[in-house]
Amino acid sequence: MSETDNQGTIREINGPILTIQLPGIRNGEQVKIGNLGLYGEVIALKGEIALVQSYESTEGVKPGEQVFGLGKPLSVELGPGLLGSIFDGVQRPLDKVFLESGDHIGRGINLPALNRERTWHFVPEPGVAIGAMLSPGQLIGRVQETAIIEHRIMVPPNQSGELLELAPEGDYQLDDPIGRMQSADGKPHKLMLYQHWPVRSPRPYRRRDHGLSPLITGQRILDTFFPLLKGGKSAIPGPFGAGKTVLQQQIARWSNADIVIYVGCGERGNELVDVLETFPQLQDPYSGHKLMERTLLVANTSNMPVVAREASIYVGITMAEYYRDQGYDVVMLADSTSRWAEALREVSGRLGQMPVEDGYPAYLSSRLAAFYERAGRVETQTGAKGSVTLIGAVSPPGGDFSEPVTAHTKEIIQTFWALSKELADARHYPSIDWVGSFSEHVITAAQWWHQEISPDWAHRRKQALGLLARDAELSRIVNLVGPEALSSAQRWELEGAAMIKEGVLQQSALDPVDTFASPEKQFLLLDMVLMIFDRGSELIELGISVQELTDLPLMAKARRAKQTFSSDQCDKIRLLMEEFKQAFSKIRLEYAKFKEHTQ
Amino acid sequence: MSAKEYRTVSSAQGSLLIVEQAPQVAFGDQVIIRDHLNNKRHGQVIRTSEREALIQVFEGTGDLDLENTWVRFLDQSLEINLSPEILGRIFNGIGTPKDGRPPILSNVRRNVNGSAINPAARTYPREFIQTGISSIDGLNSLVRGQKLPIFSASGLPHNRLAAQIVRQAKLVDEESSFSIVFAAMGVSYADARFFQEEFADSGVLGNVVMYINLADDPPVERLALPRVALTAAEYLAFDLDRHVLVVLTDMTNYAEALREVATAKGDVPSRKGYPGYLYSDLAEIYERSGRIKDRHGSVTMVPVVTMPSDDITHPIPDLTGYITEGQIVLSRELHNQGVYPPVHISPSLSRLMKDGIGKDDTREDHPRVANQLYAMYAKAMETRNLAAIIGAEELSERDRRYLKFAEAFDSQFVGQGEDEDRSIIETLNLAWELLSMFPKDMLTRVQEADLAKYHRSAD
Ligand SMILES: Nc1ncnc2c1ncn2[C@@H]1O[C@H](COP(=O)(O)OP(=O)(O)O)[C@@H](O)[C@H]1O
Ligand SMILES: [Mg+2]
Repeated sequence: MSETDNQGTIREINGPILTIQLPGIRNGEQVKIGNLGLYGEVIALKGEIALVQSYESTEGVKPGEQVFGLGKPLSVELGPGLLGSIFDGVQRPLDKVFLESGDHIGRGINLPALNRERTWHFVPEPGVAIGAMLSPGQLIGRVQETAIIEHRIMVPPNQSGELLELAPEGDYQLDDPIGRMQSADGKPHKLMLYQHWPVRSPRPYRRRDHGLSPLITGQRILDTFFPLLKGGKSAIPGPFGAGKTVLQQQIARWSNADIVIYVGCGERGNELVDVLETFPQLQDPYSGHKLMERTLLVANTSNMPVVAREASIYVGITMAEYYRDQGYDVVMLADSTSRWAEALREVSGRLGQMPVEDGYPAYLSSRLAAFYERAGRVETQTGAKGSVTLIGAVSPPGGDFSEPVTAHTKEIIQTFWALSKELADARHYPSIDWVGSFSEHVITAAQWWHQEISPDWAHRRKQALGLLARDAELSRIVNLVGPEALSSAQRWELEGAAMIKEGVLQQSALDPVDTFASPEKQFLLLDMVLMIFDRGSELIELGISVQELTDLPLMAKARRAKQTFSSDQCDKIRLLMEEFKQAFSKIRLEYAKFKEHTQ
Repeated sequence: MSAKEYRTVSSAQGSLLIVEQAPQVAFGDQVIIRDHLNNKRHGQVIRTSEREALIQVFEGTGDLDLENTWVRFLDQSLEINLSPEILGRIFNGIGTPKDGRPPILSNVRRNVNGSAINPAARTYPREFIQTGISSIDGLNSLVRGQKLPIFSASGLPHNRLAAQIVRQAKLVDEESSFSIVFAAMGVSYADARFFQEEFADSGVLGNVVMYINLADDPPVERLALPRVALTAAEYLAFDLDRHVLVVLTDMTNYAEALREVATAKGDVPSRKGYPGYLYSDLAEIYERSGRIKDRHGSVTMVPVVTMPSDDITHPIPDLTGYITEGQIVLSRELHNQGVYPPVHISPSLSRLMKDGIGKDDTREDHPRVANQLYAMYAKAMETRNLAAIIGAEELSERDRRYLKFAEAFDSQFVGQGEDEDRSIIETLNLAWELLSMFPKDMLTRVQEADLAKYHRSAD
């Protein structure tokens, strides 16, 4: 980043907020601060005086030191080499920072996000001829970024003009221009393998489109019970330890997205290390390639400067939009949006802005809404289809969902995966509370499930939720008057609900077999448990005791099926279902004989 | 270091001091204040402008005479001297000796505020530490480089538990012992004494460095203390290649001191009067634990947090739980039943357990056994609640089995002697003894192979 001639002085330093005198600086412009050369941005202007937030610690900075305007707002570099990387909250490449400043993050480090040494094999787009009129976003060539992702080189979204020159197929570095074009006003522009975009402005697209297919995550409680469409927005609220991060990591691992952007926003360093160490080893179940080839990380951990935390989710979403514009389905995970909101609160507090709820500024809800609004499935500038699915963790203080961040988020999102401390304490994982969660996507998702998996999907899903609701009702009765008050049929309902919980809903991320369940496996497990319940109900109506059914050794097999049979072994689940059908028929026959005898 | 002394103090209130006409003072600068009796106090610049500097005084501003107060800015942040000689020593919250012995001489000086560890420089902690305590080792295992707090409450034996962990912690197949950094903030004299005697009795004093701020020492010093202590811990771990166990007690006193200063500064409060930045501030402390690539040493942290009014949703334990890698929660109920250590396993958690246990680390069945114990205990708690409503005699045979299990679990598995150092194998065998109270068919969290190998049933 280069300095402009615009230069001023520091007047006051109050933690990450500085007052500077710099005539002509713009609001939102980036600045380079003091002798250490820290980076920051202008957040308010009053005459010649500007308020600046620093992305780095201001320790050691003195009043009177100089400040330079950098001439543009916080922007990111977008081009090949993003995938597989880990960036900080303002897109500095942390592996390069490590080489430069060692174990601890140094200050005033100015490194480009994308590797300049690496060469990329560029293939110009056939049919893009010299003299052609290029439109914004138009595809001009391709680069194989990783084994699975082809990076589509586009004209920047706000440029157009006549193509004057396009490089032939060959190996290029990022700083080698790959073409030239001339805009309508006669100005020449270089075409590069990468572009810049200011993070706080959404990238343009032609129009919004409907979500069509569900994001398959391999997690039963999500896909089967509370589905999310590609391009949807969802939230995972929950107290600490309830499983927000594990769930997000599971989605990062197993979802059928093309690109995954994982933003660690104010959370633990080790959680990012976990991803960094495991994703290069893990195989994507869809492409068979390593997960890291489609993943990129943004890390502003809880101990890093709070202002960069505020920026980190915009940095993440801008990169997500960029891959969307290439026609990909992108998932962005933000862990945790509460820490972002707290960063907002901290800055607003230092600015002396009027707090409205729990110290948060009045603009919290509009900022949240505007951020989530950047999710969606769109028709890109060139007519391709791409999507950004946005999944934010929310960390309510004390686990209280009525607090401002959770409450506002709930108004905005379409799918709500509410985590419960009670379930987590009982080690029921994922601890998604089926009563407090919702999805507005069930009807659309059902079309997909009916077409791809089974026409019974919606019916079975509803039946299971019904049984869980009955379970809650009956448990209340039991807690008042004891289990003796229940009829056999009612006790069988409790057993049925228990089987759904253990055999279907509970799914350990740590179980090597069950960590991912294909849609087919998901449906079969559900179908099996409900088949057992239905047939069992018939037998109980005939007079067979609940105990006789629960004592069947097969029952343990049903509950273990999820961890016994992988997604490739769905036939074996079908065989187990047959075994059950036979066992039930046998009981029915024996019971009929027994009845005959006693009559 | 600047020799210039300013005599332009314009106001003093609580722990805050304003110095005027000090135009070039750095943010975070360390300050020496000389009062009318020629006594020295220490401070730190927390806001600075061309007109004035706001200083937080660690010893407070009590008894200052503004006319006769001289302020010197050191042009450097709070730093401490470090050398292997710190082991066996006792310091106060800003690193001044408290044991009557001379200050540490060294050319290794470190800024106590540290800067964030680059996530790309970390390696994931995965080496199992055996504490000899079943409820921790079996169900909430600690690994090297983890931060695992004890959530306690007044009157519960968190100090004894912390001391037992310090005494017994070791790696299963490694001789090297831990160096201990003991950081006490606002603790009573008796508590500080208890730890000192513990260290002396177990003969580890020479391997312990203590930073102590007692209940009647200046509260503001508590804000610097954990940073000073962790700077020492990082030095021992990453310069001297040692494995360091840091005990921080009591983080509640730390957070209260932070609130006091924040209120005086006029910071916008969020919950219960604590400043909105309490989360980030605590994270700056807790995130200093860990393992770093190509470094032999490690920093493992066991902070003690006493929950005000036994309330786990109070901002201090709540925010701590959001940052640390799990928590060991003590229960008053178990304590009253005479169970030591009174670890309440349901809300307890170790997030880093998954990579530290199992076949190559402890025993192959460990993850599943832990899972199964949790499942049975959860069901047993439901049954206990039911029994409390309808009476135990109304329960079915099967339900009564759960009650018996819960009793045995609390008294034999969780409960153990303060000097009882159980190996992880002993802990796992004990777990199977308890699980064998149930028929195999009810144990669906473990594998059939585990059952064949470890279940005690006749068949
Ligand atoms: N789906 C899951 N499968 C297995 N264990 C889980 C699952 N979700 C959570 N856990 C357990 O709970 C712990 C805390 O989960 P985490 O996602 O870190 O919680 P949060 O982010 O809500 O604080 C994990 O370390 C793990 O032990
Ligand atoms: Mg988390």
